[in-house]
Amino acid sequence: MTIKVIGPGCMNCETLAKRTTEALQHLNIDASIEKITDIQKIASYGILRTPGLAVGNKVISQGRVPTVSQIEELLTSYVA
Amino acid sequence: MKKKIGSVTLFFAGWLLLYFNLGYLTDSIVYSIFQLAKDSPLTAAIYFFIYEVPKVLLLLTLIVFVVGIIRTYFSPERTRKMLGGKRQFTGNVLAAMLGIVTPFCSCSAIPLFLGFIESGIPLGVTFSFLISAPMINEVALVLLFGLFGWETALLYMSTGLIIAILSGYFIGRLQLERYVEDWVYTTKAVGIEIMEEHFTPADRLNAGVEAVKDIVGKVWMYILIGIAVGAGIHGYVPENFMASIMGKSAWWSVPISVLLGIPMYSNAAGIIPIVQALLEKGASLGTVLAFMMSVIGLSLPELIILRKVLKLPLILTFVGVVGTGIIIVGYLFNFIY
Repeated sequence: MTIKVIGPGCMNCETLAKRTTEALQHLNIDASIEKITDIQKIASYGILRTPGLAVGNKVISQGRVPTVSQIEELLTSYVA
Repeated sequence: MKKKIGSVTLFFAGWLLLYFNLGYLTDSIVYSIFQLAKDSPLTAAIYFFIYEVPKVLLLLTLIVFVVGIIRTYFSPERTRKMLGGKRQFTGNVLAAMLGIVTPFCSCSAIPLFLGFIESGIPLGVTFSFLISAPMINEVALVLLFGLFGWETALLYMSTGLIIAILSGYFIGRLQLERYVEDWVYTTKAVGIEIMEEHFTPADRLNAGVEAVKDIVGKVWMYILIGIAVGAGIHGYVPENFMASIMGKSAWWSVPISVLLGIPMYSNAAGIIPIVQALLEKGASLGTVLAFMMSVIGLSLPELIILRKVLKLPLILTFVGVVGTGIIIVGYLFNFIY
């Protein structure tokens, strides 16, 4: 499974990627993180705010950097 | 939730106590504790700094907190829905007003632009939003209110709105769609499902606290430096020093201020206190207003980002139209006051 961090590579995107890695470790989920930094690809996810977080074709968060525990919550409700 | 309401109430009580006793506190610190001589330029500078820094930071914390909560009700997705199907002009007015309350950060300018255009919102209406969102923001308004008074803050907001509405309308009438990069119209989000966020009352309170941490945490340094420089000007620069450079009689000062303002960006929070001190030393309100609008509303980094989706002629038109609007506002206020 791949989890996508969507954003042009600003500070917020980096923080989101780091926190997501941490959340995945806590939850013992084996998934890889892919960073979507290309503008055209970002557009194809239909988000209006960066950074975005997507699992498969579901955008589960955008425009903010959730805390590690919030990401864990999001992941458990959408990954299962 | 109860605990949160408790701490918010406590915070407001402390806030009110501190805010309304700032004059008294500053007096005691400057004259009783440090026993500084009245009338010396150093005392004037120190007094200005000790009084203005906590005042502006207190105001900023309060407003950013409230705006943070309000913004949980206005997501860009909702704004886009509200703008869909609106006609020119009505759409421009609505877009400019929504630009004030919709959360916006220049790093999201591109996805937002794409999302608006893709859903069929006219180019001009999108521009009204893109002009108003960064130009009219809570940080600028708080600084204007705290350092200049509510009249100037209101003036800034209303002229900013008018510029956003008219510039967007004008850009719309010019029909510049061909200067949007071609791929913008062909990219579509296919098969993507976007999960909506649901806010509980506790989430909204949290959003307010997060906004304070994020925004106040980012700008407090600039404000501190800005007020320190402003305090120096306040104490040491002679009266009317600025009259010849940024005064009414210098007709070229308005366009020069606008040009100078474009490359200055991240320092908006620091520039307002400096400009306030300059106003005291004879700079004219119109010139100062034009300078601030240009610093905050026209930013080089954002233009560079927008170049990825807009062709150069459209970017230049955008800068030209907004810049002209700001210059007109500058002259208008120099004429009135």
